[in-house]
Amino acid sequence: MSPIRMDGGIMDYKQLVEKMLIGDKRACAKLITAVENEPDKAENIIREIHQYTGNAHIIGITGPPGAGKSTLTDKIVKALISEGNKVGVIAIDPTSPYSGGSILGDRIRMQDLALNPDVFIRSMGTRGYLGGLSKYTKNALKILDAAGYNYIIIETVGVGQSEVDIIKIADTIVMVMVPGLGDDIQSIKAGIMEIGDIFTINKSDLFGADRTAVEVNMMLDLTMDMDRRPPVVKVVAVKNEGIDDLVNEIKEHMNYLKESGKFIERRKNNLRLEVVELIEEQLRKIVISHTDRENKLDSEVIEILNKNKNVYEVRDMFLRAIK
Amino acid sequence: MFEKEKLSQIKEAREKWEKDILAKTLDKAPESKEEFKTVSGSVVNRLYTPEDIDNIDFEGEIGYPGQYPFTRGYQPTMFRGKPWTMRMYAGFATAEESNERYKYLVNQGSTGLSVAFDLPTQIGYDSDHSLAQGEVGKVGVAIDSLKDMEILFDGIPLEKVSTSMTINAPAAVLLAMYIAVAEKQGVSSDKLRGTIQNDILKEYIARGTYIFPTEPSMRLITNIFEYCSKEVPKWNTISISGYHIREAGSTAAQEVGFTLADGIAYVDAAIKAGLDVDTFGPRLSFFFNSHNDLFEEVAKFRAARRLWAKIMKERFEAKNPKSMMLKFHTQTAGCTLTAQQPDNNIIRVAMQALAAVLGGTQSLHTNSRDEALALPTTDSVTIALRTQQIIASETGVTNTVDPLAGSYYIEAKTKQIEEEAMEYITKIDELGGATRAIDLGYIQKEISDSAYQYQMEIESLDRIVVGVNKYQVEEGTPKGLLRVDPIVGEMQRKKIEDTKAQRNNALVEEKLGLLRKACEGTENVMPFILDAVREYATLGEICGVMREVFGEYEQAVLL
Amino acid sequence: MNRPIRVLIAKPGLDGHDRGAKVIARALRDAGMEVIYTGLRQTPEQIVAAAVQEDVDVVGMSLLSGAHNYLFPRVAELLKEQGVDDVLIVGGGVIPDDDIQGLKDSGITEIFTPGAQTSKMIEFIKNNVRR
Repeated sequence: MSPIRMDGGIMDYKQLVEKMLIGDKRACAKLITAVENEPDKAENIIREIHQYTGNAHIIGITGPPGAGKSTLTDKIVKALISEGNKVGVIAIDPTSPYSGGSILGDRIRMQDLALNPDVFIRSMGTRGYLGGLSKYTKNALKILDAAGYNYIIIETVGVGQSEVDIIKIADTIVMVMVPGLGDDIQSIKAGIMEIGDIFTINKSDLFGADRTAVEVNMMLDLTMDMDRRPPVVKVVAVKNEGIDDLVNEIKEHMNYLKESGKFIERRKNNLRLEVVELIEEQLRKIVISHTDRENKLDSEVIEILNKNKNVYEVRDMFLRAIK
Repeated sequence: MFEKEKLSQIKEAREKWEKDILAKTLDKAPESKEEFKTVSGSVVNRLYTPEDIDNIDFEGEIGYPGQYPFTRGYQPTMFRGKPWTMRMYAGFATAEESNERYKYLVNQGSTGLSVAFDLPTQIGYDSDHSLAQGEVGKVGVAIDSLKDMEILFDGIPLEKVSTSMTINAPAAVLLAMYIAVAEKQGVSSDKLRGTIQNDILKEYIARGTYIFPTEPSMRLITNIFEYCSKEVPKWNTISISGYHIREAGSTAAQEVGFTLADGIAYVDAAIKAGLDVDTFGPRLSFFFNSHNDLFEEVAKFRAARRLWAKIMKERFEAKNPKSMMLKFHTQTAGCTLTAQQPDNNIIRVAMQALAAVLGGTQSLHTNSRDEALALPTTDSVTIALRTQQIIASETGVTNTVDPLAGSYYIEAKTKQIEEEAMEYITKIDELGGATRAIDLGYIQKEISDSAYQYQMEIESLDRIVVGVNKYQVEEGTPKGLLRVDPIVGEMQRKKIEDTKAQRNNALVEEKLGLLRKACEGTENVMPFILDAVREYATLGEICGVMREVFGEYEQAVLL
Repeated sequence: MNRPIRVLIAKPGLDGHDRGAKVIARALRDAGMEVIYTGLRQTPEQIVAAAVQEDVDVVGMSLLSGAHNYLFPRVAELLKEQGVDDVLIVGGGVIPDDDIQGLKDSGITEIFTPGAQTSKMIEFIKNNVRR
C-alpha cells in the first residue's frame, strides 16, 4: 500500500490518523483524499478511526441551484462557531459526464472562514455518482467526525428527483427554497417534500416569499403520516436574517430525534443500508470475476442470441459456479 | 423604406447576379470560410443591398443628429463643431508623479483629464491597510486624503479643465475631495465640469472593485445625483459602463444590452428616490469599448444611442430631449492588446479609435502599445494621443456627421444589434431587473460563456490574433517598461502619518460620527462626507464608517 | 493513478478582473480536472488555507494589478512554512518578462503571460504535477 508524502517525508495512514486526531488540518485533508481515491487505503483508514466517530450532528443542505445554499451554509457555520462549536463542511458539485472534471465553486461564499481554526471546508465532485453526493462523502464525513467537528454540513448538488442520497447520511435535512425561481412547488415531486426535516425560504425579502411559504405548507398538509410537521423558516442569508431561528430549529430537530428514539433508528437504518451496499459491492465484484473470466459471459450471450439458451439458464449456470 | 416596385427589381437583379456572376466565381474559387462572422460571432452576409434595410424607417429610426432617436449623433454638428475630447486615462504611483503626467498631457494637446486610482483607493482602503500591501500606486494614483488630491491637481485650474474620475464604490468621497480642492482654488462647485464613473452594477458584474451591498450602493449613487443636481450642475454624475463588460468577454450586443439594463436600474432607483427623470436624465453618461470589428462597433454605438433614446422616451416618459441623448466616452479595447510584438498594438488602437470616431463618441481614450504588460511610458502614451490627433486632423472623417449612415451593412447591423440588445434587456426585466439578474449570476454567466468561446476560437485558430497564434516571431524581453517603485507604498504610509499628525483629530472624530449617523438614517450623505474630507479624514476612515454601517458585498458565484 | 488533478484557482489581492481565471477554470474542467475557485480578494493566507484543506495538486494564481512580486512569493512562502512541498505553483496575468525569474526563484514553477493558451497550461500541469 503506497504511503503518503507529507511534511517532506513519507507517512503511513496510521501516522496521518494520529495527526488528524490532534487537529492537523493537512493530515485531515490527506486522509480525505485517500478515502476518495484509494479504496484499500480507505478501508484501513475507516477501520482505524471508527471508534472516534459518531459524535457529529450531520446536517444536509439541499435545494435547487440558485437557492443560495452556499451563502446559507456560510451563515449557519458562522452562527455555530460563535457558540464554540467546530464545524466541518463538505460542498458537493456535479462532475461533468463528458470530461470527468468539475468546477467546485461553493468555497467562494465561505472563504472568510478559511482561516478559522474551528472550520474545515472540503469541496468534492460527484465523479459520476448519482444521488446528489459523491460516493465518498460518507467516508469523508467520518474523518471530519473523528477529527472533532461536532457539526458537519453537507451541501449537496441541487435537488431534482433522484438526488436524495442525502437521506442516507444526514441526521437533519434542510431543504432550501427560493421564491419565484420558476419552479412551482407543485412541480417538485412529493417525495422531495418528504425528505425535508426543515424547510427554509431563502431570499425571503423578495416578492413572492409569502406565497412560497403558503405553498410549502399546503404540500406539507397533503403529506400524510407525519409524526412531526417540519417547520418553515424564512431567512435572508446575505443579510444574516433569520439564521438564528434556523439554527435553533436544527438543534430542536436533534432534540426531537433523540427524544423520540428516531436518532438511533435513523442511524441504524443508514448503517444497515451501508453494510448491505458494501456487501453488494463485493458480490458484484465476485459476479464480474466469474462472468468476465475467459469472456465466459460473451460466449453465453451468443448462445442466447442463437436461441440455444435463454437468459435464465445462463443465470442459473453462473449461480451454480459462484456457489 | 423603398418603393415596392423598385425593391422587387433590385431583388431580381441580385438573384440574376448570384446566378450569372457569383456562381461562376464560387465554382472556381470558393470563399475561404463556410460562414463569416463578426468579432462578436454574428453572421455577416456576402453583400448587403436595399433589401436588407427595407424594414427601417428613415425618419423614425435613422433621422438626424441631435434629434430623436439620435442614431446619427448626440448633437447636430458633431466634429464639425469641435473634435471629441481627447481624454487620456492616467495615474500611477504618487500624486506628484501623476500631476506631472497630467501637465504633460495637457501641454501635448489632451483636452480633458482622466484620473486612474490605485486599487486600495478604489476599494476604500488607505495605503497603510494590510490589504493594500503590494498594490499601492500600481494601477493608478494612491489617494489617501485631501492632501493627495491637492497635490494631484496642483497647478491645474479646475474651472478650466474637465476631469473624469474612474471611481465607483467610493465615488462620493473622491468627488467631495475634488470639490474641496476647487474650493481652495477659489472655484465654486457650480463651475466644475467632469464625470465620476460611479457605476456599481458593472463592478458586481465585471470589474470587481465593489465595497458595499447593492441597496446602500444605490443609495449613495442617488444621493450623488441629488446633490450634484443642486450644487454641481455641470457634473456628469454617472458613466454607465459597457467597457468592462466587453473586456470581460461579452459580445457587442451584450455590451449594449447589459449596459442599458444597468442604466434602467439606475433610472429606476433615482425615480424611486424621488428625483425627476428630466432633472438627472441629462447628466447620465455612458462609457463603451471600441473593439476590433470596425463596422460592428460603429453599428453598436448607433444602436446604443437609438435604443436608449427609445427607452427614456417610452419606458420612462422623459420629456426633455436631453434626457434621451446617450452621450458616451470610449476606450479602445484593452483586451485586444498583445504582449507579443507590442508595436502591433499601435495599429490595433488606431483602427479601434477610428471606429469610435465614426461611431460619434464624445470623448476618447486610446490605449498605449505597452499596456498588455505595464502602465504606459511617456513615449507610448504620446503615440496614443497622436493617434487621435491624426484621425482628427488628417483623415477627413470628421468633415461630415455620421458618415457611414445609409450603408446597407451598417444600417442592417445597427438594427440587428439593437434588437439583440433589447432581447437581453427583456430577459433581465423578466428576472426582475439588473440587480436581481446579477444576484442570480445571469449576466456574469452570459459574459463568461462568451469569453470562453472566444478563447477556444483562438486556440483552435478559428480566430486569428496576429503575433500570438499567427505571424509569431522569436522575441526578446521588452525593455523600458514603466515600473512603479515599491517605495511608493512606504511614501504613502509616511504621508498618512504626517497628515494625521497635522490635522485636528477631535474634529475628524466628530465629523466621522456625524457621517455615521447620516448613513444610518436617510439623509443625503454628501454634505457629511464633504465635512469629513475638509478636515483631512482619510478615505479609509470615511469608507470604514460606511463599511460598518452598510456592510460589504458578497460575490455571486456562477462560472 | 487516474484520479482527477485538483487545482486551486485563486485571485490574490484586490484585482477584480476574473475573465482569465474563469476561462482557465473552465478549460481545466473540460480537461478532466477538479477546479476549486476561490473568488476575488484572497489574502495569501486564505489561498494557502484553501490549498491545504482541499489537498490540491496545483495552485494557480491570476493577477493583473502589478502586485505579483509581493503576493505570489508570499503564497509560495506560506506554503513552504506549512510544510506543503508537493504542490505545483503556477501564476499568470499582467507580468513583465523581467519579473519572471524572480518569481520562479521564489517558488513559482511557471508563469503564463498574456497570450498563453489554455491547452499549453493543461499540458504543463499534466506533465509537472507531483503525485
